[in-house]
Amino acid sequence: MGEFKVHRVRFFDYMPSGIRALAFNQDTERMAVARMDGSVEVFHCSDRFFQEKIIPGREQCGIEGLSWVGERLFSAGLNGGITEYDLTNQKVKYTIDAYGGPIWTITGNQQGTHLAVGCEDGTVKLFEVNEDQIQFERNLDRQKSRIISLSWHPSGSKIAAGMMDMIQVFNVETGHSIHRMLADRGAGTSRSKECVVWSVVYLSDGTIITGDSVGMVKLWDDQTGTLIKSHNVTKCDVLALSVSQNEDSLVAGTSEGIVVQFQFVSMVLEKDDKEWVRTRTFRNHTHDIRAVAEITTAVVSGGMDAQLVVRPLLDKIEVRSAASALRKIHFPHRRLVSCARKSGLMLFQYPGHLELWRLGESEGKGTPGSSLFVKRNPEKLLQLKVKGEDHIRCSAVSPCGGWIVYSTASTLRLYRLHCDNNNISITKISKLPKVLSSANQLCFSSDSSHLFSASAQSSVHIASLSQSGCKFVGTLKPKSGSHQAIHLLAASEDGKWLASANSDHEVHIYNLQTQKAHCTVPVYSSAVTAMGIHPATNCLFMMHADQQMFEYSIEQKQYTDWSRTVQRKGLHRFWVERDTPCLNVMFNPQNPSHVILHDMYMLCIIDQSLPLPDDKTQFYNQLTLKSLTEEQRKSQSHAFKVCKTFKDILCVELMPDQSLVVVERPLEDIATQLPAPIKQKKFAT
Amino acid sequence: MVETSDIRVVRCGGSKVNLTPPIISNDSRFVLCASGDLVKVYSTRTEEWLHSLQGHTNQVTGITLNPANHLQVYSCSVDGTVKLWDFIDGILIKTFVIGCPLFAIYVSEKHEGVLFLHVSMATDSKNECFQLVSVHLPKSAEQEVEAKEMSAVSSHISKNPSCTAFGRGVRVHFFFFYFSLKATDKKGAKNAFTCIACHPTDDCIATGHEDGKIRLWRNFIHKKEYTYSTQHWHHNAVNTLCFTPEGTHLLSGGIESVLVQWQYGADNRKEFLPRLGGSILHISASSDGQLFCTSHSDNKITVIESSFKVCGVIQGLVKGDAVLTDLMIDPRSKALVLNGKPGHLQFYSLLRDKHLYNLDIVQQEYIYEAGLDQFEVVKAAFDIKGSWLATVEERGKKSSDLEFFLKLWAFDERTQSFVLNTTITAAHTDRIISMCFSSSEETTMLVTAAEDSQFKAWCQGADDQNFWSCDFVGSYHKLNPTNCSFSADSSLLAVSFQEVITIWSPDTWEMLTTLCQPPGVIRDLCFGRLSCSKYLLGTTTKNLLCCWNLLTCELEWSTSVDVSKLQPDPFSENVAAFSYQSKHTDLFVFKPSEPRPLFTNKNVCSEKVHRAVFVPREEPLNSCDESTQWLNRSQLYFLTQNMDLLTFSTATEEDRMLSSSKQLVIDDSVAVTPFYLLLGKHRQQQQKLNTQSHPVADKPQQPQGSVTIKELLHTPAHVLPAASVLCSMFVNSFLISNTGEMDSEKEEEDSEEEMEACDSQQELRAQGSVDEVTPKLSKAQERELKRVRKTDFSWMAGLIDSKP
Repeated sequence: MGEFKVHRVRFFDYMPSGIRALAFNQDTERMAVARMDGSVEVFHCSDRFFQEKIIPGREQCGIEGLSWVGERLFSAGLNGGITEYDLTNQKVKYTIDAYGGPIWTITGNQQGTHLAVGCEDGTVKLFEVNEDQIQFERNLDRQKSRIISLSWHPSGSKIAAGMMDMIQVFNVETGHSIHRMLADRGAGTSRSKECVVWSVVYLSDGTIITGDSVGMVKLWDDQTGTLIKSHNVTKCDVLALSVSQNEDSLVAGTSEGIVVQFQFVSMVLEKDDKEWVRTRTFRNHTHDIRAVAEITTAVVSGGMDAQLVVRPLLDKIEVRSAASALRKIHFPHRRLVSCARKSGLMLFQYPGHLELWRLGESEGKGTPGSSLFVKRNPEKLLQLKVKGEDHIRCSAVSPCGGWIVYSTASTLRLYRLHCDNNNISITKISKLPKVLSSANQLCFSSDSSHLFSASAQSSVHIASLSQSGCKFVGTLKPKSGSHQAIHLLAASEDGKWLASANSDHEVHIYNLQTQKAHCTVPVYSSAVTAMGIHPATNCLFMMHADQQMFEYSIEQKQYTDWSRTVQRKGLHRFWVERDTPCLNVMFNPQNPSHVILHDMYMLCIIDQSLPLPDDKTQFYNQLTLKSLTEEQRKSQSHAFKVCKTFKDILCVELMPDQSLVVVERPLEDIATQLPAPIKQKKFAT
Repeated sequence: MVETSDIRVVRCGGSKVNLTPPIISNDSRFVLCASGDLVKVYSTRTEEWLHSLQGHTNQVTGITLNPANHLQVYSCSVDGTVKLWDFIDGILIKTFVIGCPLFAIYVSEKHEGVLFLHVSMATDSKNECFQLVSVHLPKSAEQEVEAKEMSAVSSHISKNPSCTAFGRGVRVHFFFFYFSLKATDKKGAKNAFTCIACHPTDDCIATGHEDGKIRLWRNFIHKKEYTYSTQHWHHNAVNTLCFTPEGTHLLSGGIESVLVQWQYGADNRKEFLPRLGGSILHISASSDGQLFCTSHSDNKITVIESSFKVCGVIQGLVKGDAVLTDLMIDPRSKALVLNGKPGHLQFYSLLRDKHLYNLDIVQQEYIYEAGLDQFEVVKAAFDIKGSWLATVEERGKKSSDLEFFLKLWAFDERTQSFVLNTTITAAHTDRIISMCFSSSEETTMLVTAAEDSQFKAWCQGADDQNFWSCDFVGSYHKLNPTNCSFSADSSLLAVSFQEVITIWSPDTWEMLTTLCQPPGVIRDLCFGRLSCSKYLLGTTTKNLLCCWNLLTCELEWSTSVDVSKLQPDPFSENVAAFSYQSKHTDLFVFKPSEPRPLFTNKNVCSEKVHRAVFVPREEPLNSCDESTQWLNRSQLYFLTQNMDLLTFSTATEEDRMLSSSKQLVIDDSVAVTPFYLLLGKHRQQQQKLNTQSHPVADKPQQPQGSVTIKELLHTPAHVLPAASVLCSMFVNSFLISNTGEMDSEKEEEDSEEEMEACDSQQELRAQGSVDEVTPKLSKAQERELKRVRKTDFSWMAGLIDSKP
C-alpha cells in the first residue's frame, strides 16, 4: 500500500444544518430535503440515496414546507413566499408572495392542480398550478389562529387543517369549514399551554390523523367529526406524521428523537375490520425529528441533529441487500474542500464564507502509526465573506494557489491571491466575462491557466487566467443529451481533456485543444460520485453511487481491459455493501497503477496490477498480510487496500510530496455543537 | 428384617403451591393449585385451605378447568394420568391413563374432548426434549379409561410451560421461537422468549423476553408481514404474562415482584402493584376478570382484586434455595420453625398445613436483587418451654468482612409473640457454629460455640436487668469447637472440639472429662433421653457413629456408618440417623442402649438429608407393631436437598386422615343457609361435649350416619321424599353398624391400594341422592363403622330434639 505522511486536518468546523422538511415523490423516487439554512437537496431513493442536487439557501429564508407537484418542487417559508425550484439548473425559479404572513405549511393535491398554503393570519390559500407559474385562486374561510399543518383528502375535495387547539376540515369547493374538532390540551401545568397540531394526515377512507404538542396521535372521523382513537406516543411533541402510499402504515416523529410506526392491521386474522395499532419504535436520532416520510421500503426521518436516517422496513423488502441497509447521511455528497496541491493551501467552503488555510509542517521521520512533531502550525490565512444573501454553491482554489473562485446562485467572483512570505493580499478580478455570471461547478486546469465553469444547459465555459485578468475563451457544449446541471468536472494533468458529469448520469469528454466534444461515456444507471483522469494514461476513472467503478480510455474511446475485468468478475461483497459514496479519485504519480479513493469511513488504494478479490477471499486483509512472509504475501494480496484509520472523512487529497491530507470532521464534535436535546430520564441513571 | 410395607415416605404438608399457575373458579370462590401430589382448593375470601383433591401418586404438573363444565377440573401428573375432578366436592370423576410422564396440560374451547399435553420424548435425561401432543378422550362410562389416541402437534418445545399458550381457537405455538434464537446470536441481545400469552379476542400474541421487554405480535400468520410493538418496563426477565378475560389489559410480572398492568391498545398507560414479596412466577385471572392470582417464588399465592388491591395471601411453606437454620419445633405452638422469607423466621403448622406467621428477625428491608449481600438468619434455637428464642443473623458469607448478630427474643404472653430482648453485636470474634439452650426448667442458659475456638455461656441477668450477658467463656487447647449439646437434665454440657468431646458441668464450669475416638472430626452430638440418658452419641466425619457411656466414660459401641444427620426424639429414647451412601439415603432408628435398630428404611430418598425433626403428635397413636412404635408419639419430618419436606406415615394414620378429609368434604359442600348456621351452632356444642367426654381420642364421627342425618336436615322440606322412606333409611344407617361389628380385627390391615380404589366411589355415593345408600358396604366403610360403634351417641338425642 505504501507509506504516506498524513496531514490530519480537523480545523474545518463544518456544521451541517438541521433538516426541516421532507417531501417524497413516488413517481420519480426522489426525496426532497429542506434544511434550516434554506437549502434544498434532492436525493435519489433508488440510487442508494445519492444526493443528486443541491440548491443552496439564502440568509433569512427559513423553509417550513416542501411539496412536489408532479415533478415540480415548491417550498414555502416564514418569509411569506412560495418558491418554485428549477431542478434542471439547480436554482430558484421564482418566488411569489402569498400575502398571508409567514407560511407554516404547503401541500399540493394528488391531482397536481392546486397548492394549498397555511398562513399565520389564519387563511388557507389555494394556488392554481399552471404550466409555468402558480397563480393565487382564492382563500378558504379565514380562521382565528394560524394554520400549522394541512393535508388534502386524496380526492382533492376536502382539506384538513391543523391549528392551535383545533383541527378544521374545509370543503374545497365552497371554501367553508365542514367540521371543527378540538384537540385536548395536556393535563396539569401544561393546561394553560396551547395544543399545537403539528401535523395532520387525511386518509382516503375519511380518517384524519393528527399529531400534536401534547404527544398524542389522534384519529378522527371526518363524517361525524369525532375522535375515534388516541395514542399517547410521548410526553413531548409529535412533530411530524407521514403515511405510506397504500395507507396501511403511518410513522410519527417526536421531539424525543423517536419514530413510532403505526400499522393498519386486522385485529382478527382473515377479517376486514382493521385498526390502527402502534407497532415498532425506531430510535436513531438524538434530537427533535422535524420531518418523516414513509417511502416504499423505508422510513426516512430527519431533524435537528442534521442527519438523514433511512430505516428500511424489512417486511417490505424482497431481498435483503446493501441497498436495504440502515443508512445515515451526515455529510453532503459533494466536496466542500479544495486543495492547492502545489502550495499546500486548503480552501474550506462554508455556507456563508470561505476559509483559506495553509497546512502545517512537520519534521523528521517516524515509524508507521506514530505522530510527528509539528514544526509549523497550520495557519488560517484568510476568511472571505460572501457578498449578498445567497449562500455559496461551489468554490475552488487553483493548484498553484494563486486564484480563488466561488459562485453563488447569482454571482461568480474570482480573486487573485498574492502570497509573499507572511503578507497575504487578495484582489478581486473586476471585469469578468458576462458568461461567467454563475456556475454549478468550478474547476481550474492543472497548470492554473484556465478556469472551467459549468453553467446552464450542461455547458462548460472556459476562461483563461493571466496576471492582467480573465478572458473568455470559449464554451464547450455536449453534442446531445440532457441539459441537467453538471455536478462534477475533471481536467487532465496535461491540459488536454476535460470531463463533465451531470445529474442524468451522462459523462461528456471534451478536447480542450479543439474545444470540441470528444466523446460521451456510455450512460450507466447510477450517478457518478467522483471521477478523475489518470495523468499518465489519460484514462477516465469513474466511481458510481452503487459502488461500481469504470475506467474509460479517452484516447481509444472505450473501457479499458481492467475495467472490463472488473465488470466481468464483479466486485467484492464488502465493497458493494458500503453505504457512503466515494467522493474523490486521485492518482499517485509515483506509482501509476495505484488509484486512491475515499468515502466517509475509509481510504482505499486500488492497485490495478494485482488480482481482483472474489467473494471467497478476505477483503480486509491488511492485518493478515502483515503477519505473512514476503512470498506468501504475494499470493494473498489483492487489488483493494483499505485503510480505516480515519473516521468521518470530508476530503482526502494527495500532495505532490507524497503526503496525504485527510480532512476529518468527527461526528462527536458536531454533536457537541448541537443544541441540547430534550432531557429524558434514563433507567438506572 | 423389619417390615417396611406399612410405613411409607409421603410428601405431607409444606409442598410447593407455586409450581403451576393457580386457577380461579368461574364463580371466583375457589383458588385451585397443584401442591405436591395433591390439588389444593382454597377459598378466595378467607384464604383458608378447604380441601384437596387426592389421588395422584406423583407430582401434579398441571391443572386446568374443563371448558365443557366449569365445575370440573383436569389435572395431569408425572405419574402419567389425567384426572377429572369435581373440585367443589372433591370427587374424582374419571382417570385417563396416558402412560408417560406429563408436564403440562392445555385445553381449548374449540376442541372438545381433546387435551393437549406436554410429554417428554427423550429416554435419557440429558437432552430433554418435549413434545406437545393432543389426546382424544374416549367417551366411556368407566372410571378409569386408557387414552392412547395421541397425535403429536409440535415437537422441540420449551420445557417451561409458560412458553405455550392458546389463542382464539387457533393454536399458537412459537412459530417465532426459532428465529428468536437466531436474533440472540446476532446482536448479543438477550431477547430469548420466556413466556407467551394470547389475546382472548384479537389475534395478538404477547411475548415476554429475557431482557425485560414485552412484544405484542400481530399479523403473525404472514411469513414476512408480521409486525410487533415493544414495551419495556421490567429490568429483568419477564416471568409471566396474562391477558384479562376481556382482553382490555395485559398483566406481567417478573423478579421485581411488581405486578404491572398494561392497558391493551394504549401501551404506555400502566399500573403497578409493587412489593408483593418474592418474584412473580405465574399470573392468572378469573373468568369474570374480577380477581387475579399471582404465585410467587416464596411459595405464596396472592389474590388481587381487579382494582389492584391485595385481598388475600395464601402462604405455603417458604423454603427458598436453602434452609440455613435447623428444622425446629416451637414448644408452644408445636409449629415447625425455619427461616422463610428473607430475614424472617416462619412458623408453620404441619398439622393444618398452614403458615402461621413470620417473625421479623433482621428488621431491615430486603432488596429483591441478585448479587446483594444481605442479612440472613442462619441459626435459631428455642429453650425447652418456648419462652426464649435465640437467633443468629449473618452477612458477608463470601467476602471476608463477616458481620453477625446474636439476638435473644422473649415470648410475650400478652401479645403471644416473640419480643426482642437482647442484641449482642460481637458475641464472638468469628462465626457461630452451634448454639443450644440448656434443657432444665428452672434456669435458662444459652451456649454458643464459634470458630474463634471458644464457647460462651450466656445467662439472663438479675431480676432488675433482664437482658442477657456472658457468663462463662470456655476453650480447649485452642481447638475450634464443632458442636455443643446439653444433656436432658442440663446437668452436663458436651462441647466437641475437632476430634475431642469435652464434658462440662454447667453449674461449676468445670471440665469433667474428655472423650475421644479418632480419627475424624466430631460432626453431630446428642445425649440420650429418658432411660438412655447415660449415653452420649456422636458422629464423625470418618463415618463412625459412636456411643459413650457417661457413667463409665467408655465407648459403649461404635459402628461404621456415614451419618449425615443425627436426630434424637425428645419424647422417647429413640434416635434417628440418616446415612448417605451410594446415592441414596437410609434411615436407622435405634435406641442407644440397644445395638439393634428399631426400624430401618433403605432408600428413603436419593438425596442427602441434612435437616430432620421429630414433630410431636397431637394425640399419640397406639400402634403395637414394633416397627411403627417409634412413630407413636412423634412424627419424623426431613428435608432433602431438593427442598422436599418428607415424612413417614403408617397405614393406620392414613386411614384416619382419609376419613377425616372426607368429612371435611361434606362440610364444605354445605351451603350457608340460616338453617345451616343453626345446625352449626349445635354441632359446635356437641363437639365441645365430645371433647369433654373423650379428652384423649378425638375419633372421627361415624361418617355414614352423619351424612344421612345431614342429608335429612339440609335438603329443603319440599324436595324431601316421604317421611317413611327417610325413617327406614335413617334407621338403616344404624343397622349397618351392627353388621360391621362382626368383622375381625385383621381388617385393620387393609392394604392402601384397595383404599384408594374404593375411595372415589365412596365419595360419590356419599354425595349422591338418598336412595343410593345401599346396605352393601366396602371394607373400609365397615371398618369406619366399627369405630363408630365405639363412640358415644348421647349427643344425638339433643340433635334430634332440636330439629324443628
